[in-house]
Amino acid sequence: MKKEILRFTDVKLTYHTVRGETTAAENLNFSVNEGEFVAIIGPSGCGKTTLLSLAAGLLKPSAGEVESQGSFGYMLQKDELFPWRTIEKNIFLPLEVKKIGTPENKARAISLAEKYGLKDFLRSYPSQLSGGMRQRAALIRTLASDPDILLLDEPFSALDYQTRLNVCEDVSSIIRSEGKTALLITHDISEAISLADRVLVLTKRPARVSYEHALDFDGVNNPLKRREMRGFSEWFEILWKELNG
Amino acid sequence: MKKQEYSIEHAKFIKKRRMNIALVWGLRIGLLAILLGFWELSTACGWVDPFLMSSPSRIGATIASLYRDGSLFYHIGVTLAETLVGFAIAVGLGVVIALALWWSDTLCKVLEPYIVVLNALPKIALGPLIIIWFGTGSKAIIFMTVLVGIIVSTMHMLSAFLATNKNKILLLRSMGATKLQILQKLVIPSARPSFISMLKVNVGMAWIGSIMGEYIVSRAGLGYLIVYGGQVFKLDLVMSATFILCVLAAGMYFLVVLLEKVLIKNAES
Repeated sequence: MKKEILRFTDVKLTYHTVRGETTAAENLNFSVNEGEFVAIIGPSGCGKTTLLSLAAGLLKPSAGEVESQGSFGYMLQKDELFPWRTIEKNIFLPLEVKKIGTPENKARAISLAEKYGLKDFLRSYPSQLSGGMRQRAALIRTLASDPDILLLDEPFSALDYQTRLNVCEDVSSIIRSEGKTALLITHDISEAISLADRVLVLTKRPARVSYEHALDFDGVNNPLKRREMRGFSEWFEILWKELNG
Repeated sequence: MKKQEYSIEHAKFIKKRRMNIALVWGLRIGLLAILLGFWELSTACGWVDPFLMSSPSRIGATIASLYRDGSLFYHIGVTLAETLVGFAIAVGLGVVIALALWWSDTLCKVLEPYIVVLNALPKIALGPLIIIWFGTGSKAIIFMTVLVGIIVSTMHMLSAFLATNKNKILLLRSMGATKLQILQKLVIPSARPSFISMLKVNVGMAWIGSIMGEYIVSRAGLGYLIVYGGQVFKLDLVMSATFILCVLAAGMYFLVVLLEKVLIKNAES
């Protein structure tokens, strides 16, 4: 039995505006185990990003409970690297903010960057890097503070198709080899299938989990290889129906 | 930098570019020479009255005589000091007020109508009040300069602070950043380009303020020379002071451009 690291119990979230109130999520239940890669797919506008904000504790649920053990690292759609900082200084950002910029932690962040091919770019500015490299730098920044759970908010959707496949590959292998827990939000069914151990399907607003699947690709975790496997299109069909049903 | 061999085509491209830059500068200077030459010629030939129009040579002579009796740098110094002090106070206070308004949403909402009204108010209307409150010295002129610049700097910086990328704020918040950290690490650095453009706008504002101030009250300075020259019909003096103002304002603007180069590295954009 693996350790549970994040749990949503009967979570409800209501937004208030002058025009009225919107229930973004209701009766939302799920959990994420340590070391697991969970993908959440849902129709657009169902409040997927809200869900990550809830998980990270940036939003408080109106009802229910969000319990988590451990620290979070957030990765967004765009890399959001600070253009006035070098890649190295960008990677140190979470260490600075959390005031844990010790020499050991900095060395660890640098060695991560070097391990994943950013060695020659540490002194470069983000504008000098390609989109794929920038997103990789963003992932290293997320990993720099050694978070227990990675929250990935459609981290590939701003990239062109080819870069997207490559970065997807990158991110998957980095997260797997660092043994991190990840919660991915996406509207791209094939991305979810190619990356995750488990897929949760959300309903339209108010969002709750309608289906849940453990994906088994005979231990294959490589996204490109998974895309070539027979089970891939079957899963696609199932999830497509559930998403539109 | 490593030396690198380029193709002949590239060398041609560079040469063409340099030629183009030289051409633009040549034409700029040529245009100035033609304008000044025509001005000089039309007064020398009596097409226009030099008493009303002055002329480049008379401006030169006037500046030379101001220099000889030692009043040239005195007047320049007075106006320059008023302008720079007013500029610095307007910019500094503007940034501080904008920071306070960014920090407190409530404060921002409460003060908004006041700022709008102060922005729309023609500051020269306060002239008599300023004379009574601050007398007729430099203090009054500096106050006028600050008044003209401060609202613009506040509004300019506030809109820059408020335009900070929301996703980057979210990112910092997800790292557990405090409001002060968001301000230090994100809001202030990302507002640097706006700060520079605000400085550029304020160079103009500061000169408007100081010269306007000198028109209302003063016994020295370039604005004083212009008003005095107008009153006694010495158009040479008016033109000379205006010319010096052009040079000073342009110089101050270029200093800001220089600061921009230091503050914002090429690689960032």
